[in-house]
Amino acid sequence: MKRARPRLVKTGYDGPVMAMLEVEIWRGEGGGGAWRRYAVPHEANQTVLDVVTHVQRHIDPSLAYRFACRVGMCGSCAMTVNGRPRWTCRTHVSQAARKGRVRIGPLRNLPVIRDLAVDMAPFFEKWRDAGARFVPSGEPPEEPVRPDEPERRAADAGIECINCAVCYAACDSVAWNPDYPGPAVLNRLWTLANDRRDGDRDGHLDAAGAGCHLCRSHQECADACPTGLNPTAAIAGLKREVFRRALGGRTREGRQ
Amino acid sequence: MRRGPWWAFLLHRLSGVALAVFLPVHFLVLGLAVERAALDRVLDWTDNPWVKLAEAGLVVLLALHLTGGLRVLLLEFGRWSDRQQSRIAVAGGLALLAGFGFLAAAFA
Ligand code: HEM
Ligand code: SF4
Ligand code: FES
Repeated sequence: MKRARPRLVKTGYDGPVMAMLEVEIWRGEGGGGAWRRYAVPHEANQTVLDVVTHVQRHIDPSLAYRFACRVGMCGSCAMTVNGRPRWTCRTHVSQAARKGRVRIGPLRNLPVIRDLAVDMAPFFEKWRDAGARFVPSGEPPEEPVRPDEPERRAADAGIECINCAVCYAACDSVAWNPDYPGPAVLNRLWTLANDRRDGDRDGHLDAAGAGCHLCRSHQECADACPTGLNPTAAIAGLKREVFRRALGGRTREGRQ
Repeated sequence: MRRGPWWAFLLHRLSGVALAVFLPVHFLVLGLAVERAALDRVLDWTDNPWVKLAEAGLVVLLALHLTGGLRVLLLEFGRWSDRQQSRIAVAGGLALLAGFGFLAAAFA
């Protein structure tokens, strides 16, 4: 792959001289591209998304990237910042920059559409194929769901996923095996399997079946997840439960 | 950006592959026990301190794979604990201890 020499582009800023960030952004379509260098004025409480937006608004309007909520709700702004997958709208430059340098690239493990925008389809297709969504049981649980019961707590532990694919990008098992569903999908399956209101616990555990055992417990997902979830712990739960069932262990119905 | 658990994984895989390569040789040598003279030659060779050092390395490798494997089993079959780094440290420490123990015995 040919790498263009990074070059300095105009800043689009005409106020008094101030501290500048040395920003490198991946530019290119599909598989090809190069790092391009931009000088962006450093501001207080500036997020990485602010930096990208500055470049797009004041330097090069053709820069492609994605965001929506800017408050860590929608999960659309994830990028690779200095080698780490992160949600850029809630990542301050001061956290991520190294010696005033920030390198911003597209998420790993997903095809690049252009610049910082990746195609999220493979991520969501795995989600869909695993049937990782709530299945109403059609009737209320025989016993009321108590917020502090163990199963509810296990379900609650994984519930704040914003589908940002940061964990998917952080995971080597995803990189090594295209069939691996990835941390987010498995975390969701474990959440559903613990939700007593869900009508298809067996289906969710079957869907996790072979896939969950491809996890090697690197824990890079847990380290990277911006909402502080621990997919590795969820997957360990799935491995246990899937194994127990393979040995003919009782399902939850049997335990009640 | 790789952190502790990732390196623990790598060591475990490398030590597993190394064991798979080394164990056949080990059994071959054990097989020589039937032939007295050949075994003595091998045992003479293992008197060399460098060979002993290499053997200590193999002991560490085996111990590393054993404690690392127990760590994985605990992670997967036990209750989740957030103290994964400490467990990795314990597993690595025990393996090193086994290596030093072997060296102490070999040079005693
Ligand atoms: C001493 C007792 C042993 C224990 C407790 C043990 C345990 C384990 C465990 C739990 C795994 C799965 C690792 C994972 O899921 O990440 C594993 C993988 C492996 N073991 Fe062992 N093992 C032992 C002996 C051996 C021996 C003697 C060999 C060599 C023939 C060996 C070669 C391997 C290899 C090549 C892997 C694959 C590594 C990977 O998938 O990352 N193991 N071992
Ligand atoms: S588990 Fe965390 S990192 Fe993964 S998609 Fe959900 S919020 Fe993002
Ligand atoms: S823009 Fe919505 S999470 Fe960052």
